[in-house]
Amino acid sequence: MQNDKEKLKNKKIKKILDAYLEIFSESVFSLMANKVRTGLAVLGIVIGIASVIVMISLGQASQKTVESQIKSLGANLLTIMPGATRTGNVRGAMGSVESLTLDDALAIKKEFSSTYVTDVSPELSRRTQVIAGRNNTNTQIIGVYPSYQTLRNIQMENGQFISQFDLDAQRQVAVLGKQVATDIFGEESNPTGKIIRINNKTFTIIGVTQSKGGTGFFNQDDVVYIPLTTAQKNIFGVNYLSSIAIGIKNEKLMNEARDKIGYFLLARHKIQDPYQADFSIMSQNDILQTATSVTSTFTNLLSGIAAISLLVGGIGIMNIMLISVVERTREIGLRKALGAKNKVVITQFLIEAVILTLMGGFLGIIFGVVIYFVLSSILNFPFIISFSAVFLAVAVSSIIGIIFGFYPAKKAAELSPIEALRYE
Amino acid sequence: MSSDLIKLKNVSKVYKNHFIETKALDNISFIIKEGEFVAIMGPSGSGKSTLLHILGLLDKPTKGEYFFEGKKVSDLREEELAEFRNQKIGFVFQAYNLLPRVTALKNVGLPLVYAGVEKEKREKIAFEKLKIVGLEDKINHFPNQLSGGQQQRVAIARALVNNPSIILADEPTGNLASIQADEIMTIFKKLNQQGKTIILITHEEDIAEWAKRVIKIKDGKLI
Repeated sequence: MQNDKEKLKNKKIKKILDAYLEIFSESVFSLMANKVRTGLAVLGIVIGIASVIVMISLGQASQKTVESQIKSLGANLLTIMPGATRTGNVRGAMGSVESLTLDDALAIKKEFSSTYVTDVSPELSRRTQVIAGRNNTNTQIIGVYPSYQTLRNIQMENGQFISQFDLDAQRQVAVLGKQVATDIFGEESNPTGKIIRINNKTFTIIGVTQSKGGTGFFNQDDVVYIPLTTAQKNIFGVNYLSSIAIGIKNEKLMNEARDKIGYFLLARHKIQDPYQADFSIMSQNDILQTATSVTSTFTNLLSGIAAISLLVGGIGIMNIMLISVVERTREIGLRKALGAKNKVVITQFLIEAVILTLMGGFLGIIFGVVIYFVLSSILNFPFIISFSAVFLAVAVSSIIGIIFGFYPAKKAAELSPIEALRYE
Repeated sequence: MSSDLIKLKNVSKVYKNHFIETKALDNISFIIKEGEFVAIMGPSGSGKSTLLHILGLLDKPTKGEYFFEGKKVSDLREEELAEFRNQKIGFVFQAYNLLPRVTALKNVGLPLVYAGVEKEKREKIAFEKLKIVGLEDKINHFPNQLSGGQQQRVAIARALVNNPSIILADEPTGNLASIQADEIMTIFKKLNQQGKTIILITHEEDIAEWAKRVIKIKDGKLI
């Protein structure tokens, strides 16, 4: 008995599957009969899905790039920047103020080295021209303390970093970032011991740093390090700093340290109201958040635009399906006369619409991956295809098929068989 | 005596169109018994197509009752009507109405798809029916590879495929030359001799002569 029931059930399932297989193959046939139209209908979906995939992948890759670059700046780091002063309602642009001095940096180190601070790196950075023989490049000059190396994780490729002696003696020595070394001296050479000119002063190269990678705003290879004292007195003739990096002993102490150092500095600058501070303190996390919020905003925006193109593609599908319903009025009438129920007619047209959009989806994935591959190699991004994006694309395209196919399918099913058979 | 297959009782059909009422059928009653070969004759506009649509359950009468094999079918729901058409009625149309991109065998098997018959069985039955109309060597031909007469024979095979109680043929020879028309009518005659009930709609006297009984209709009324 049980077995018989099971058999009957299996048979029923087989029957249903068989009917749908037939409907499916009919759908494929009718789509193939109109190749140009089918292709055009699919094109919208292809473009939509491809752009969604490219945008999402691009967004995720740039997010990853930014993250790794910021992390490579050093861990457990607080950065004090000048600026954010207010005069009435006028807020000065960040970095426009000469409020940070070497004394600030040294005082912070002295005050907090027993509690929070491992080391302090006062920095002065400016862009300027660097000349070596006939070659020259515009790059970032950073005046540093030796502590910069440990705080910012600088690894040397050859030579050595700025030393305390270089600093005290105001020596005109320079350490080149990897890219500057390559730009001026070529790929394979070792420029240590050679001479460059910065602001008409000659500097002896004492080392080259290892590449940290990265592009765009955060390129840490496109720099020249010189002693801070040399930078302030010999080159730029200023006595302020452009930033102070502070290493904190422990990640858990970051917030506490930020507050304490903030109030300490306010007191030093004789400012009562924290909102009037002439500096700002950011942790790596703050910078990371700012940067990622910018990139994710862009990613969302671009994905939104891509989604609109997907919507337009879906409307294209609906359009084609509506035309197809009108063209096949007689066929629909015949099918109904021969006993096709409304739901069978609906199913047939829905299957056609979903085949269309899925086809578009798969082509879109292929195009998207290819386009992204090209873009990522041009932009020097990691080639990561997000599976969630691919899955999303397939799901969205079949859902679009169902949504935009439903109206035409319903229209087909509601045709009266007599009217349909009479239709010429 | 054979039983009543079709019984129409005071059937009327009124079309309303922009406030003008057209009476396509006016109080029609008749009985068709099992095994009959009936021709419904009338000039164009007489209402014979409307009558065919009602007999074929493609349309519902405005008034009156329609019994098919003793079952009142004039107020069935649409889904039930579809099933009824599929199981009980075989249609043959003037314009053949074959699916153009599908082989003869698949065309014949189409009603079986909607009846939920499996593929192997479908093809077996379809082949048998094509044999009846003498096209067993053309099963893999597409409609455009067949002559008009052959296409209509495929359509007849399709009408037979679900073993229906009745075959409704709407001007089946209207698009054919007279030799082919005779071929088609011969098939109908043979089917009727084997016991199939056939209703034929035509406006041609010589086609109507093939039937055993003629129902004449004019202006929506029997005459």
